[in-house]
Amino acid sequence: METQASVKIRNEWDIVQARQLGRELSKEMGFGQVDQARITTAISELARNIYLYAQNGEIDVEAFGKVGRIGLKIISTDQGPGISDIRLVMQDGYTTSGGLGAGLPGVKRLMDDFKIHSQEGRGTEIVAIKWLR
Amino acid sequence: MDYEILLERYQNMLSNYIKVRGERALYKGQQFSRKMIEQNVSPEEVVSLHIEVLNNLLPDLDEKMYASLEFLLEVMIGYGFAYREHQSLRDRQQQLDSEIDIAANVQQSLLKGKVPDCDFIDIGVISQPAKKMSGDYYHFVMDDNNCISVAVADIVGKGIPAAMCMSMIKYSMDSLPEQRMQPGAMLESLNRVVEQNVDPSMFITMFYGIYDPRIQEFSFASAGHEPGFYYSADSDYFDELSAKGLVLGLSRTTTYQEYVKTVGPGDMIILLSDGVTECRTEKGFIEREEIIAMIRRNMHLSAQKIVDNVFYELEKLQDFELRDDFTLLVMKF
Repeated sequence: METQASVKIRNEWDIVQARQLGRELSKEMGFGQVDQARITTAISELARNIYLYAQNGEIDVEAFGKVGRIGLKIISTDQGPGISDIRLVMQDGYTTSGGLGAGLPGVKRLMDDFKIHSQEGRGTEIVAIKWLR
Repeated sequence: MDYEILLERYQNMLSNYIKVRGERALYKGQQFSRKMIEQNVSPEEVVSLHIEVLNNLLPDLDEKMYASLEFLLEVMIGYGFAYREHQSLRDRQQQLDSEIDIAANVQQSLLKGKVPDCDFIDIGVISQPAKKMSGDYYHFVMDDNNCISVAVADIVGKGIPAAMCMSMIKYSMDSLPEQRMQPGAMLESLNRVVEQNVDPSMFITMFYGIYDPRIQEFSFASAGHEPGFYYSADSDYFDELSAKGLVLGLSRTTTYQEYVKTVGPGDMIILLSDGVTECRTEKGFIEREEIIAMIRRNMHLSAQKIVDNVFYELEKLQDFELRDDFTLLVMKF
């Protein structure tokens, strides 16, 4: 199974597009309602981060299989300013947008797998996976 | 709890409630929610459970109703976010608490100076932290000539930073044996250590004194510390044991004047930290006269009994809530 789709994030409307992609793919793959909502929310948060801090980037979603497991992978890439202190932004309670529980630690908890790579001045890449149980 | 069991129990409770609408059924719901919280079931999962059960119980329900519940589920995801963050912060809090407990134990073992046991002075001490760790410090040393030195310090500020600072004071004092007979010189040396090593926002007040039983003299100096009391048995009168001096750490060149008091049998020296005088009652701060009165009421007892009783009385006055670190020392000659 290899389905891939991507959305460039430039304005708030694109966030909705990205959500839509994630919602459709997760439904198609057979995720339950709660997981669909979680995946969509994770995409929403990542896309919002691009929109707020990088202004330019994209969200890819894909279904992929690995040793008998099927998962939905979200890839968020941007060419924004990058994150200077990843440990800090991965800490609970730290958020610049002021929302409770929002931000990257929240996304990490919504998904099963979470990897972040960021370089100051270059941009950020985040890969998050939710496995189909 | 298995999801299937959860579903079944929720379904039973909900169908029961839809039928009879009793308080009993609601009470069961409340108990059930507690169980779900214990099992880390998050808010959006509860809504999802509700939708599924509703699907089983009322299959003919209006589509629009389902749509509205799906919307609710989406909204609850945010609460799930916040809920999980709360759990993880709570875990971190517990971890910090246990680290502080360990640090407090380390500090207690540092602080546990032995109170000298001798036949010419009866010494009583009580030192209680307001939080887990104390910014108060006291230390006694008896040398080969039976001279007994006493230090009481109060680090301005409470909690962990104050406690860390206190450990430094302890080791500096241990490394200044030449000055121990000269209170002024002792404080001057400590002042230099504090000035060089401690953050300028932190101040330390200290009283240092030494009693020489051969000449029955108590010499002392103070670095801005709360004045103690001197009780003269001859005149049956309590006097301030005041001494002038700047707090430690303000300026490198501070000098400290040394004072001497001749002490006779039956006299008392009482030293304290400002946690004692800053005890707050309904009427405001406690007066120093009231503390003297408390000591007077208990002065026929042993030194340890005196400090224990005074502490208890002050604790009771404040409804057993300590706002500042509390240290009280009584030396009965």
